[in-house]
Amino acid sequence: MGKIIAGIGTSHVPSIGVVYDQGRTQEPDWKPLFDAYEPVKDWLKEIKPDVAIVVYNDHGGDFFFDKYPTFAVGAADIYPVGDEGWGRRPLPDFPGDADFSWHLCNELVYNEFDITVCQEMAVEHGFMVPMHLCWDHDPDWPVKVVPVAVNVIQHPLPTALRCWKLGQALRKAVESYPKDTKVVILGTGGMSHQLNGARFGYLNSDFDRDFLDKIETDPMALTELTHQQIMEDAGAEAVELIMWLTMRGALDGAPLRQVHRNYYAPMTTGMGLIALEEAV
Amino acid sequence: MAKQLDSSRPIEDTRIFDAEQTRLGYRLNKFAMSLVKPENRDAFLADEEAALSASDLTEQEKQLIRDRDWRAIMDEHGGNIYMIMKIGAVIGAGLYQIGAHQRGETFEEFLATRNAAGAK
Repeated sequence: MGKIIAGIGTSHVPSIGVVYDQGRTQEPDWKPLFDAYEPVKDWLKEIKPDVAIVVYNDHGGDFFFDKYPTFAVGAADIYPVGDEGWGRRPLPDFPGDADFSWHLCNELVYNEFDITVCQEMAVEHGFMVPMHLCWDHDPDWPVKVVPVAVNVIQHPLPTALRCWKLGQALRKAVESYPKDTKVVILGTGGMSHQLNGARFGYLNSDFDRDFLDKIETDPMALTELTHQQIMEDAGAEAVELIMWLTMRGALDGAPLRQVHRNYYAPMTTGMGLIALEEAV
Repeated sequence: MAKQLDSSRPIEDTRIFDAEQTRLGYRLNKFAMSLVKPENRDAFLADEEAALSASDLTEQEKQLIRDRDWRAIMDEHGGNIYMIMKIGAVIGAGLYQIGAHQRGETFEEFLATRNAAGAK
């Protein structure tokens, strides 16, 4: 049977990808970020998930505002590395599991989550940065993936509570998969940041630390946040954080153990990390 | 049902990318999105004027790109930062240069406001 074994909340800042590709991860101002993922990488090697469900948003990697899906799920055996305007990054394409994805899509739709099913989907920094922070890829990725794209950039966005419920629905869908499959789910984006207007660069580390506390111990409080509240307190683009609630919703009901947590806010984005394992 | 956006509480110096903004900025954002194709980036670099002429941008929008007027593109013309960054990528203006311009600062002034500006 399918089983969710762990969840990870992580930022997906694009500059992390640039620095990674350039081999600058040990520069003094970057080291605190990259080193924080080493324990998570080691832990993932131990628990060996078969599949990673990665909840992210597309920033014009594959989707545009001509038709921008609220929720889109990948259903392919391969997801190519997209070109967001800087050229293709030197990463291997990502292996999917179309059978598993289609199972999730069936279950989600019949549970009233009317997602867009994507048989071709190029992935971009929102998806890729968390992947290479958490896994090595030498020469290929050691885990299959299911990209789940959420509209957090063009309002109206799904509510925080809706994102949480998507996580709950994903858990049910995973648990009804007949093949033994260990699943880790990643909720990505944020934390506090704003990239538009004269408020560009706004950060709120107090908000971020409180969010990291609550995502573990009191996620229902976070489901009550409106987009307005998140944007006021943590910056317009911080609303991405609602995707962490999909991760946390997928762990709902299970006793959890915190494996690792980190926070670093060097430039314009609060870079958060939390790894939660289901205590068996 | 809690109100997700509250127009009675505008956030200072902020544009919420909502229906009004995405409709206003549609052509600019679409042009920016076209630059995910390498051939369109090459064409833009080879002859910017020809690339602008071939687009459906208004004359005013073309001028905003010629002027690299990131602040006006974002504040007044519906630019979405994730799309507009693609124009910046082609001509060598990164996110933080675009951000500094929106703040009305030089790049160096902006970097001086950061906690660890080496992480850029």
